[in-house]
Amino acid sequence: MSDVSNTLGGTPTKDGAFLSVRDLKVHFTTSDGIVKATDGLSFDLERGKTLGIVGESGSGKSVSSSAIMGLHRGTNAKLSGEILLDGVDLLHVSDEEMRKRRGRDVAMIFQDPLSAMHPYYTVGNQIMEAYQVHNDVTKREARKRAIEMLDRVGIPQPDRRVDDYPHQFSGGMRQRAMIAMGLINNPSLLIADEPTTALDVTVQAQILDLLQDLQRDFDAAIIIITHDLGVVAEMADDVLVMYAGRAVEYGPGKEILTHPEMPYTWGLLSSVPDLTASTEAKLIPIRGNPPSLLNPPPGCPFEPRCDHVAKVGGDLCKTVLPELTPARSGGNHTKRCHLENPDEVYEAEILPEIAPDLVED
Amino acid sequence: MSDTTTAAATSVAPASTETVLSVENLKMHFPVKGSGVIRRTVGHVKAVDGVSFEVAKGTALGLVGESGCGKSTTGRMVTRLYKPTEGKINFEGTDIANYTGRQLHPMRREIQMIFQDPSTSLNPRHTVGSIIGAPLRIHKMVPKDKVLSRVQELLEIVGLNPEHYNRYPHEFSGGQRQRIGIARALTLQPKLLVADEPVSALDVSIQAQVINLLQDLQKEFDISFLFIAHDLAIVRHFCPEVAVMYLGKIVEIGDRESIYERAHHPYTQALLSAVPDVKQAAIGGRRERIRLEGDVPSPINPPSGCHFRTRCAIAKDICSVVEPPLLQIGKKHKVACHFPGEIHQHPEKPVTAPLLGVDEFGAPDPGASPAEVPGDGPGYADTWYDLANNSRGRA
Repeated sequence: MSDVSNTLGGTPTKDGAFLSVRDLKVHFTTSDGIVKATDGLSFDLERGKTLGIVGESGSGKSVSSSAIMGLHRGTNAKLSGEILLDGVDLLHVSDEEMRKRRGRDVAMIFQDPLSAMHPYYTVGNQIMEAYQVHNDVTKREARKRAIEMLDRVGIPQPDRRVDDYPHQFSGGMRQRAMIAMGLINNPSLLIADEPTTALDVTVQAQILDLLQDLQRDFDAAIIIITHDLGVVAEMADDVLVMYAGRAVEYGPGKEILTHPEMPYTWGLLSSVPDLTASTEAKLIPIRGNPPSLLNPPPGCPFEPRCDHVAKVGGDLCKTVLPELTPARSGGNHTKRCHLENPDEVYEAEILPEIAPDLVED
Repeated sequence: MSDTTTAAATSVAPASTETVLSVENLKMHFPVKGSGVIRRTVGHVKAVDGVSFEVAKGTALGLVGESGCGKSTTGRMVTRLYKPTEGKINFEGTDIANYTGRQLHPMRREIQMIFQDPSTSLNPRHTVGSIIGAPLRIHKMVPKDKVLSRVQELLEIVGLNPEHYNRYPHEFSGGQRQRIGIARALTLQPKLLVADEPVSALDVSIQAQVINLLQDLQKEFDISFLFIAHDLAIVRHFCPEVAVMYLGKIVEIGDRESIYERAHHPYTQALLSAVPDVKQAAIGGRRERIRLEGDVPSPINPPSGCHFRTRCAIAKDICSVVEPPLLQIGKKHKVACHFPGEIHQHPEKPVTAPLLGVDEFGAPDPGASPAEVPGDGPGYADTWYDLANNSRGRA
């Protein structure tokens, strides 16, 4: 765990948040121009809390979290801004220092455990390696620890399964092994990039249970990246909705999912069927496709797909990028939209369509 | 439960709707070869082990279940990409289960398939025009000089720019590629479409577009769907009738209300309770649900008796001895469980025991004689087993 508290970045973090990302930009130079995969992202996360990041593919969710892991080092990506983890700016530490922190302070669980694990090494070997890199221990001790972790994440007969190869594990078990690998050094920040997308609902429920149990035990901060709003609703304390590399709505999960004030979030909510909605109603998709990040629209990036542009008036949506401003409902809820009265539009137009039973109150 | 409301019963006369597809006791056993030179068959993966269902004209039957339960294999047998080991596939009255390649040729026009992953199911070296036009040329549906105009028409139907017939699949986004796959499936104006996870590879906002498109097409061309998916919410939205599969067998089948409001099988109940719910945000925390421990057992060596008993919370002795039959318990509701009932209301005694002629522990009961089990067969019978009175009920 990060016992060093030498503030390299200098700027004090907002009320002592454990992880504080400030104006993070990740730009890739390509032959066609600069791809602004992440463009000015800021958020805070405390220990023991979970942040859910949602958005479509290509909205910059994974790129931003890889930046926290320092996975863009050595590529042509241009990073700017600040990533303060316990006061230390991860963007400005040396490669060697980052290597020491990766896996010990910050760990990541990837989407597809079959491609994230090495097929030639046994599961135990890979978990042991993660432990031995950061701890001066013998192989025997590392193996004991690996078995302990496999047991902790619910793999049956861990002392035998530790010698299995990844292909001998089922999908759910592989994801558990990945989690064991991620947590073996008690990281204080765990990034889970679509941890359950490749899994069945029953296994997904098991994995989410496991993540919550482990969070309670280790007091870790978790960033969970997903496109499943149901997962976010059940797991996240805070929610960050991303679109075209920017945060378009950010705040407490309950606020975002019950009183969203940004048309893109409305679109996400209305395009998923749920288990109790009327089956007569049509799904309301978001029309069109996400914009290219090579030359995004000059104004609001969501403007070409937005149904509420007319309510703003003038060319405001087309020409001016809205700032992330406090939502009408107050609190820590912020949104990026020109609409004057998004809460009223939501109550009047969106809510009757997605949850008619909630309208009257 | 059998709500014996006569009004509802009279309004739905049996066989009022035309059945397009009727599948009976369909089995697919893949041989497992041993290692060594001779590679003798050492066992079978019972991917699908006796499923029966019907798809009515213009409607959709959803097949749901965890990966490896045999839902995709069932779809592939219906399109006859696989030759079933056993069973009947009655398509419009003719059994196509044993058709040869040549006999199948005209059938391919009637049954088409939409695949899960649009980026691997389209040939990257062919233009969209040639991909969609291929079925037209093979089946000689239109004269050669009319192929292009028909392709453009199809592109327009699925909401793509007809000018783009000359482009390659990689020039399209995921959602657009899935539309190309749908256009290809539509070219021959099929009566039955087997959609194997058509939206699981797509983003949520695009998913809704594709689902709406499929619904529009269904209405316009009166197509029947066999809709395979693991997303229970999407299946509920799309399919009036749903079958839940587990380890190669249908464990519960019924109309939408029976499955989603009154599920009687513990597996269906567990599946439904595992779906994360957006509405939970208002309450906070995780939803109360049934935990399923462990993984699906291997289909090479499935558990004896009921396949689900190893993970079932209410399993008793009889479950390991006798396999529960698919018992019809409502007008349009069948369940394969010895203790069928709504959550926390499962009966104490196996309701199936007297029907099967066994006692409550599964041992043969000399006093009882096996009776005919209502619900055997692909469709729904007029009479069913009334759980409330433990007797035969009827509409």
